[in-house]
Amino acid sequence: MPLLTLTARGLYCELGDFYVDPWEPVDRAVITHAHGDHATLGSRAYLTSESGAGVLRARLEPNARIRGLPYGEPISLNGVTVSLHPAGHILGSAQVRIVHRGEVWVVSGDYKTDPDPTCAPFEPVRCHTFITESTFGLPIYRWPAQTEVFAEINGWWQANASAGKASMLYGYTLGKAQRLLAGLDPSIGPILTHGAVERITAAYRQAGVVLPPTRYAGTAERRVDAKAALVLAPPHASASSWTRRFGPQSTAFASGWMLVRGARRRRSLDRGFPLSDHVDWPSLLTAIDATGAGEVWVTHGFTGPVVRWLKERGLDARAVQTRFEGERDDEAVEGMEEMAAVQRGEPAT
Amino acid sequence: MRAFASLFTAIDETNATSEKIAALVHYFSSAPPAEAAWAVHFLSGRRPKRLVGSRKLASWASSEGGVPEWLFEESYQAVGDLAETITLILPNTGVSSDLPLSYWVEERLLRLRGEDDDVQREVMVQSWRELNRRERFVWNKLITGSFRVGASQRLVVRALAETSGVDEGVIAHRLMGAWEPSAEFFQRLVAPDTRDADVSRPYPFFLAHPLEGEPDALGDVDGWLAEWKWDGIRAQLIRRAGKTFLWSRGEELLAGRFPEIEEVGALLPEGTVIDGELLPWVDGAPLPFAQLQRRIGRKNLGRKVLEEVPAVLLAYDLLEQSGKDIRTQPLQVRRQGLASVIQSLGGSGRLLLSPAIPAPDWESVSEARRAARAVGAEGIMLKRLTSAYGVGRRRGDWWKWKVDPLTVDAVLIYAQAGSGKRAGLFTDYTFGLWEGDHLVPFAKAYSGLTDEEIRKVDQFIRRNTLEKFGPVRTVKPELVFELHFEGIQSSTRHKSGVAVRFPRMGRWRVDKKAEDADTIETVRGLLNGVNGEPRTVNGSPELRGDSD
Repeated sequence: MPLLTLTARGLYCELGDFYVDPWEPVDRAVITHAHGDHATLGSRAYLTSESGAGVLRARLEPNARIRGLPYGEPISLNGVTVSLHPAGHILGSAQVRIVHRGEVWVVSGDYKTDPDPTCAPFEPVRCHTFITESTFGLPIYRWPAQTEVFAEINGWWQANASAGKASMLYGYTLGKAQRLLAGLDPSIGPILTHGAVERITAAYRQAGVVLPPTRYAGTAERRVDAKAALVLAPPHASASSWTRRFGPQSTAFASGWMLVRGARRRRSLDRGFPLSDHVDWPSLLTAIDATGAGEVWVTHGFTGPVVRWLKERGLDARAVQTRFEGERDDEAVEGMEEMAAVQRGEPAT
Repeated sequence: MRAFASLFTAIDETNATSEKIAALVHYFSSAPPAEAAWAVHFLSGRRPKRLVGSRKLASWASSEGGVPEWLFEESYQAVGDLAETITLILPNTGVSSDLPLSYWVEERLLRLRGEDDDVQREVMVQSWRELNRRERFVWNKLITGSFRVGASQRLVVRALAETSGVDEGVIAHRLMGAWEPSAEFFQRLVAPDTRDADVSRPYPFFLAHPLEGEPDALGDVDGWLAEWKWDGIRAQLIRRAGKTFLWSRGEELLAGRFPEIEEVGALLPEGTVIDGELLPWVDGAPLPFAQLQRRIGRKNLGRKVLEEVPAVLLAYDLLEQSGKDIRTQPLQVRRQGLASVIQSLGGSGRLLLSPAIPAPDWESVSEARRAARAVGAEGIMLKRLTSAYGVGRRRGDWWKWKVDPLTVDAVLIYAQAGSGKRAGLFTDYTFGLWEGDHLVPFAKAYSGLTDEEIRKVDQFIRRNTLEKFGPVRTVKPELVFELHFEGIQSSTRHKSGVAVRFPRMGRWRVDKKAEDADTIETVRGLLNGVNGEPRTVNGSPELRGDSD
């Protein structure tokens, strides 16, 4: 019997009777990380990494049953051994290692191998079957060095500050925003945050991640004096009237999608910074190789090309359907984030 | 290449006109004239002839990037732009090129001409290795000839005027017609001495704005000239220094294409420039535009096509008289001059005054507009009698008032991803109409939806794909759109038996179901109603910009 099967509710381990990142409420959910397309509300019990428990709680119902498990510590779920290993995606993100009678499976969740001061570094885990994401699974996606990207972001901020304009920097609330914070140069000016960003940032600080000081930009209608300031906000806020209070401004989005010009132009933003929390093409291939897996399931992204590439290299590969149809799941993720915010009763932006 | 690539990036990274102009001014102030000339050339939309085919470029880039061709193709589908796909798929080199744009064009790009594949490949691969990502992207754009940047010719003109202190109108005029991008050209372009002259150079065309709403708002009808908005090729006929030049609005010299018009041109008084519309014309009425394409499309005009599709120039305006630029004189005066020039030629029948429509009141103008299709016109032009002949498209003095489009409700049946800004989004649609119980492809349309609607349709397509044929998806026939188009003709090339002109999406009929869409018979019925006699053409009307 395979250790995992794809069911209508997502990946299920029948032997251990648990789901990994289920799409609907279940009895027992093992969560790779707290992003909306992986962590769904309403399950009876959640298992996630110890360092991720805080941010997961910030995203679920306040009374959700969450157990935090230290990285690398095995537990037994109905005789199946489960352990969590750093995925390097966001704070607390984990790969799920599942072992039964010497057979080892790993579900990667989302991951990156580039260093990130806000979370534990990705750890390669040997396995027989590897279930990998493929968000950026095309050879056009090769990340520039992040030192260069941060230099560009800070340079942009500096130039705006000199011109008396606010720097509106958009990035996903959970993970990207904090990674950005860690790379910003706070000597340029104050850093203001959107409510959704501030809330998660607080959870990061509580988990011991050191970040530069931020100021909640508030909900008041009055205009904020934001010249020289950098305003960190979720992507969906860019289209709202919330941005007006900051006066003259330059806009930018930090995301791996920004590597492609059309994706940036479509958003009508001034700048796009290619900073991603996913593996790029070369890192994806290296990571798959490092697992030593003979069988690879490919999910979340450019599954078709990645499967074909792996097959042509003699691996047993197949595409696994995800919750969202389509090659570009960025907007789906954003939509989920927005919906989750509404469900939690946060003010709409 | 570094300076030009930086300029490109600066323009690309802002939506603010003032910042774009600042970047251009900064660039033109420091670029050597030979480089600046090429920059003007590309930025104003001119482009070199494509010297290397897409397939070859894709194949060389694939092997340089260590990627199989199928994966290059997948990548292209995600990016939607060949130049950018190549840029992204090649490994980063970390080098950059100081050599000027003029070197890259003259010593590399133009050297590709006439070389065999091996040499071309060598040049391309070597160039990719010498450039960083930004520079490589610009280089690929030059090679693929799809160089479009967020700066219109108008912005370039403004920046050049600001850099040089020369009047914008003078710069715009100097950019008209044929010129070779060279250091000398650039120096002449920004020279303060305005007595320069090129006998072939046309004036920048003055264009009309679409009229929204009723014309009453324009004031007293007596202050306006109403004339037909013809559907041909906007052109300037020039007679100077004993020579005749015929220019299209696309600034193409139409030498030899319309010998009958050039013959009349030779009879014009020295120093005359006429603005008008080239039309295929028989028995006092225009033939459909597709007929004119028979004239444009071929190199050698046979006797047959000259006889079947005789052309006339319907004259709208007089821009130069006795060698003097009279564009600032009132339209009324220019029209009188035009009439007397045409009269002095006697009745050649090839150069006609575009008739004024009698307009005692606005109601008769509206009535004329309703009759426009029957006359073979696209609508009405309204020009203020006191207006000067301006530059570009300006609001206020000249208005075009087109006839309402023909409409039909059709079902979305195929979709394909767009390119550029719409890369990776399904934005190019094919629509079908009912014939019995199946849908026949009827027209393609790309424009007319809002970004929000495009996103929704894109989501629908992803969730309702029935089959994939390469980049094309067959979609569950469910969404209905009201398509608008300007004209209709029968066609043996189209499955539906008809071809329409300027099809676009008028609105998304969310209130309609697929079965409520129109039938192909309904549309064929329009053929008689619209054009009088049904005409058959072999081929589709090519999409063209509005010529006014």
